[in-house]
Amino acid sequence: MTTLLWLQASGCGGCTMSLLCAENPGLADLLADAGIELLWHPALSVETGAEARALLERIESGQQPLDILCVEGAIARGPRGTGRYQMLSGTGRSLMDWVASLAPRAAHVVAVGSCAAYGGVTAAGGNPSDAVGLQYEGAHPGGLLPAGWRGGAGGAVINVAGCPTHPGWVTETLMMLAAGEAVALDGYQRPRFYADHLVHHGCPKNEFYEYKASARELSQLGCMMENLGCIGTQAVGDCNTRPWNGEGSCTKGGYPCINCTAPEFEDPRHPFTETPKIAGIPVGLPTDMPKAWFMALASLSKAATPERLGVNAVSDHVVVPPTLRKPR
Amino acid sequence: MTQDITRLVVGPFNRVEGDLEVTLDVAEGRVRSARVNAPLYRGFERMLEGRDPRDALTITPRICGICSISQSAAAARALGAAMGLAPTPEGAAMAALIHAVENVADHLTHFHLFFMPDFARPAYAGRGWHDRAVSRFTAVEGGALRAAVQARAELLHIMGLMAGKWPHTLAIQPGGVTRAPGLREKLRLQASLRAFRRYLETDLFGAPLEDFAALPDATALMHWTRGDAGLFLEIAADLDLATLGRGAGRYMSFGAYPLAEGPVFARGLWEGGTQPLDTGAILEDVSHSWMLGGAAHPARGRTEPDEAMRETAYSWCKAPRLAGRPVEVGALARQVVDGHPLALSLARDGGVLARVAGRLLELARTQGVMERLVADIQPAALFMAQGTLPREGAGEGLVEAARGALGHWIRIEKGRIAGYQIVAPTTWNFSPRDSAGLPGPLEAALEGVAAGEGEAVPLAVQHVVRSFDPCMVCTVH
Repeated sequence: MTTLLWLQASGCGGCTMSLLCAENPGLADLLADAGIELLWHPALSVETGAEARALLERIESGQQPLDILCVEGAIARGPRGTGRYQMLSGTGRSLMDWVASLAPRAAHVVAVGSCAAYGGVTAAGGNPSDAVGLQYEGAHPGGLLPAGWRGGAGGAVINVAGCPTHPGWVTETLMMLAAGEAVALDGYQRPRFYADHLVHHGCPKNEFYEYKASARELSQLGCMMENLGCIGTQAVGDCNTRPWNGEGSCTKGGYPCINCTAPEFEDPRHPFTETPKIAGIPVGLPTDMPKAWFMALASLSKAATPERLGVNAVSDHVVVPPTLRKPR
Repeated sequence: MTQDITRLVVGPFNRVEGDLEVTLDVAEGRVRSARVNAPLYRGFERMLEGRDPRDALTITPRICGICSISQSAAAARALGAAMGLAPTPEGAAMAALIHAVENVADHLTHFHLFFMPDFARPAYAGRGWHDRAVSRFTAVEGGALRAAVQARAELLHIMGLMAGKWPHTLAIQPGGVTRAPGLREKLRLQASLRAFRRYLETDLFGAPLEDFAALPDATALMHWTRGDAGLFLEIAADLDLATLGRGAGRYMSFGAYPLAEGPVFARGLWEGGTQPLDTGAILEDVSHSWMLGGAAHPARGRTEPDEAMRETAYSWCKAPRLAGRPVEVGALARQVVDGHPLALSLARDGGVLARVAGRLLELARTQGVMERLVADIQPAALFMAQGTLPREGAGEGLVEAARGALGHWIRIEKGRIAGYQIVAPTTWNFSPRDSAGLPGPLEAALEGVAAGEGEAVPLAVQHVVRSFDPCMVCTVH
């Protein structure tokens, strides 16, 4: 069996709530089938108070072997470096202290969600609680644990970033670890199986994007890159090829991708739902594309926008259907 | 003989959302007094200062992963109030649907994952119902838990369809919702709701929901034997959960699911009878909180953490009071204020049974509410109105989260957020003492509860605490 301990640090608990949306099979079966034994989870396990403390102490002393430590939420270092903005209740010790003490006991450490990975929303707006990620502070390597830190199995912290995480991102990472497979990571230590994709891939607004037929207001069907702050062309994630909650995604829901899998997404230096522009041109163009080419193609495609897309882009439902194509 | 007082610190107090520590002074096998500590401070209200007001719609849902939509809805209402913008009637109805789905999912999560597993503990072995409790409600693995988690995940497909994802959506806006449903979506929503009704009527209630919702009083309720609800009621009768952890009988609701014609569940204050609610009488006291400054109405309040964590305080939670008094909020409060006869009957005891049964009653009633909202969808309607933000302004956003009354108060100056205050349901229920020494509702409810010798974490205490369904991440935010 692969043992798993889950701690909730300074976060919203939303990654656990999302994880419970795992389907086919559900979470309990999936963990059991993968040979993963959940030692303790704050929202799910029966043990409370002294019972839970006893387990944590057994892990800390090495009596209870630990294969995977999942931490959800950022690490609060404040006030004044004490970590007392989050005490692990009943223990008189901060979460910061507990995680620093338990991480070296684990073969693998998984940061679940952008808060645990980089600080995330918990570190937004001046970072009132001096929160930090497990092995990153925003985009900078080195968080609670130094950049060179490695777990018992020799790997760095795995950053399953996202706000929240897709249940599949977490369960597939855990299944890989339980199967003894190495989890390939990108430059921000995110699993490549979902970070090699862009949110743009499979976005239902792709045709609007191709012709720069843009929505002006939320609820309109057009592409949200030009006006509404959408960063789906730069954000990693398979959100539009692996649906959320049945058949959803942010852009399918009619609101922009805010790049929640990235470090420092919480402070974009512009309103989340408004694209910053210089002289009418959006700042921040698609990844991997020369700017001049993008500008040239954009002005050409904008000039060639079919009426159908122009009308539909500023409507909340399809007004003009595609032209019927008759067989020759 | 002098009475020995033993101090018991319970933590980590799990199967609640977020971090909770309860300190009990126990004498002669009973809780003499209790102090509730919310041990996590993140400072969301401070993060919002100086930002574009619309950013509240992205930031505040992330206060809480279980009440995310409630935070969205409150932020949208507060912004709308500042903008002088109301959602279109159809937009309000879809926001209500999305919100109701979250609240229902939360009630389901609480009953199955958080509350019931305690009855499967070995300490209850030998009770007539214990074998069934073990089979249905063992933590993580019980049959009822598995069925509930699956039903919840499938119900949340409504979020995928109408809100993009759950938690943390931007679909709810001051003017309505960002996704306009067509006929296809309407029928898909109906299919999801029918499947959810089938689950509720097969597993949880074992009978038509309308039969449960028609129960006239607590006596009739205790004769309900069907489904997992029946198992709970059998346990409740055996352990006398009716009189365990009684509240003060003062209930508040901001009114749930505001539609063009008014809220689906009424707004008001109940104390032996329904009274109008004046939110102007809310004051947040910080005498026992690690917060600086004095008591203030949330429209003028601020959040200044006491980094020294002074000895005379014991929680990051402020103590909101209505006209100087604590109030209890939640599903029971909502159903009492709405005047449902079963809820009014349960309120006479107002203990663990009443809180949990109030949630079951609301589950049964809300299914019908969601079905009506979907049946009324007009695919050609306008689901979102547009508006502009003022340079200067203020707004109050009041909603009902699964756990009770949630309020956001925004102040806009020079086009930026100058002040943002949030009072969450568990801020009310799990508040610390105030300057008059009045304990919060949970602290009061714990007084006198049995805390047996040798019980590391007294079971009765656990039942009382979890009966409130606390959300600690919302509490301090």
